[in-house]
Amino acid sequence: MALALNTKRGMVTAALVAPAVAWLFIFLVLPFIAMLVFSVGERAPEGGYQPAFTFAQFANLPARSAAFWNTLVLAPVGSLVCLVVAYPVAYYLAVRASPRYRLLLVSLVVVPFWTSLLVRTYAWMYLLGSRGIPHLLDMIGFEDVRILNTPGAVLLGIVYGYLPLMIMPIYVSLEKLDRRLLEASADLGAKPVSTFFSVTLPLSLPGVMTGLALVTILLLGEYLIPQLLGGGKVFFIGNALVDLFLQSRNWPFGSAIAVTLVVVVVFVLLIAMRIAWKIAGTRQVDLV
Amino acid sequence: MISASTNDIEFRSVSKSYGAVTAVSDINLQVPKGAFVALLGPSGCGKTTCLRMIGGFEQPTTGEVLINGQPMNGVPAYRRPVNMVFQQYALFPHFDVEQNVSYGLRQARPRINAREISRRANEALEMVRLGGFGKRRIHEMSGGQQQRVALARALVNKPSVLLLDEPLAALDKKLRTAMQIELQTLQRELGITFVLVTHDQEEALSMSDLVCVMNAGRIVQLAAPRDVYDHPTDFFVADFVGKTNRIAATVEADGSTLRLADGSALSIPGRSALKPGSAILALRPEAISLHRQNGSASGKFSGIVTHRIFLGSSAEYSIAVEGLGDFLVTADRSDLADGELVEPNERVVLNFDPSAAHIFPA
Repeated sequence: MALALNTKRGMVTAALVAPAVAWLFIFLVLPFIAMLVFSVGERAPEGGYQPAFTFAQFANLPARSAAFWNTLVLAPVGSLVCLVVAYPVAYYLAVRASPRYRLLLVSLVVVPFWTSLLVRTYAWMYLLGSRGIPHLLDMIGFEDVRILNTPGAVLLGIVYGYLPLMIMPIYVSLEKLDRRLLEASADLGAKPVSTFFSVTLPLSLPGVMTGLALVTILLLGEYLIPQLLGGGKVFFIGNALVDLFLQSRNWPFGSAIAVTLVVVVVFVLLIAMRIAWKIAGTRQVDLV
Repeated sequence: MISASTNDIEFRSVSKSYGAVTAVSDINLQVPKGAFVALLGPSGCGKTTCLRMIGGFEQPTTGEVLINGQPMNGVPAYRRPVNMVFQQYALFPHFDVEQNVSYGLRQARPRINAREISRRANEALEMVRLGGFGKRRIHEMSGGQQQRVALARALVNKPSVLLLDEPLAALDKKLRTAMQIELQTLQRELGITFVLVTHDQEEALSMSDLVCVMNAGRIVQLAAPRDVYDHPTDFFVADFVGKTNRIAATVEADGSTLRLADGSALSIPGRSALKPGSAILALRPEAISLHRQNGSASGKFSGIVTHRIFLGSSAEYSIAVEGLGDFLVTADRSDLADGELVEPNERVVLNFDPSAAHIFPA
């Protein structure tokens, strides 16, 4: 970099990169350092932070084990359910849909993003609440069905909200797939199912892994959906953090939880990349 | 139905249309066992559609395709006893060379045991001179090597017919010539019927023993390479296969005299009477001889050399003849009196044997 600065081109590059670097440093690196410092500190008597060096906050993590449990189960399960629902849709869009309608159908996948997730999740709140689907079930004889404020409701909300993020990367990798490879497979005697598992699926794995990583990582920090559809009964780490920072003003404990979450995310990413490489048998898979 | 057919492939009045567009119309074709046939034609002539109908990737709209005497209508690609070498090879990028080659064997039911699969795959790789390359990844192979992997991947299944879709198009000229010889040798050794699709007339003429010239969805001529070149059925074939000079002419009422555009008359002996009316006189560039005009030389036409393309032992000349337009003439250097090239702007006389000319109704 220092050497590159000597040239005009290097200066231009530096000028173009500088805003992003500054942004990430100020809003990502510095806050993370602050969080690390807070996490080994103590709660001031009136709330907030006072300097100290103790791991007591980390030792106290089990007090929020329910939040960790919900997050670490529902985030991966939610993204796997997303995958199962998204793959056939992406496959249809990329392989089967007539090219004439493909663009229209793909844009329909994105249309929900035009409305705020908050509004759409409120709609689900109503649908799953006592005047929604349970009311209809009640009329046909299934009484006292509770959906809202259960893990199932949160899972449903997650899959609904994050499905497009899973469909798009899978669609892109299936769309790039060379149709002649499928013909070559059939030509060599492979039945359609065999072609799918030997050629289509392995070659769409980069998209699958991208989708899984993207959705899982975003879900680990999810706040809105468990807040609205879990109703304080099914809460994620995100909800615990809001509670700790804004209600009980225990910044050090909140920071310890946040740091732990970051460590978990990095760990999950590394494992995902490992698996992707192993399945694809090459180190050329790029995750994003 | 028990097959006693001597034909590996048969097309019975096959047509294929895509909506309003007719790709192939009323094709009748018989490919004898063990033949090397080339489907030759310009792009869009329907040759690839024909190949894909044999492979099972397209179904005929009407008519039927038979393989080994068995009708194939509705039979999917994976149940057909043929294999294809795809254009740009379509090798599986996520498998190594050996896994690519063994792919067909791994699909076989009842299953073949792993050791046998590996033995046969390596045998096929040896056959295309890629022994020891089994563990390489596809992107590590050069274009010529990928071509041979594709060949091994198809041949390892011992198909009764091998389909080749423009197999040499992506290779450079030297490699292409080498592969032409290699393909020919392989075909003779294995005795498998080869069906080659190409738009390159040189490739078709050099490798196959039967050339099927196609144009606008129809077969125009089906004959041995030499017959196609020497006795084209119409001007399209004469023009597409090799180079040809097109000279507009009118057949006189006597049925043997041609009147050319410059007013000169040409008598064509030893032929059945031609139909009077306008016609095309087609002349191969090498059927015309070229002489410097130095008083003594006389010929049918005289003209001025406008361009020269030097080809080493020979040269191609473009010659402007008054009243008749440009002529393309190929002359060996040894044919000229002094063994030297004729220079542009030199005045030359052209001569040819009228019996070497082809006359088609216009």
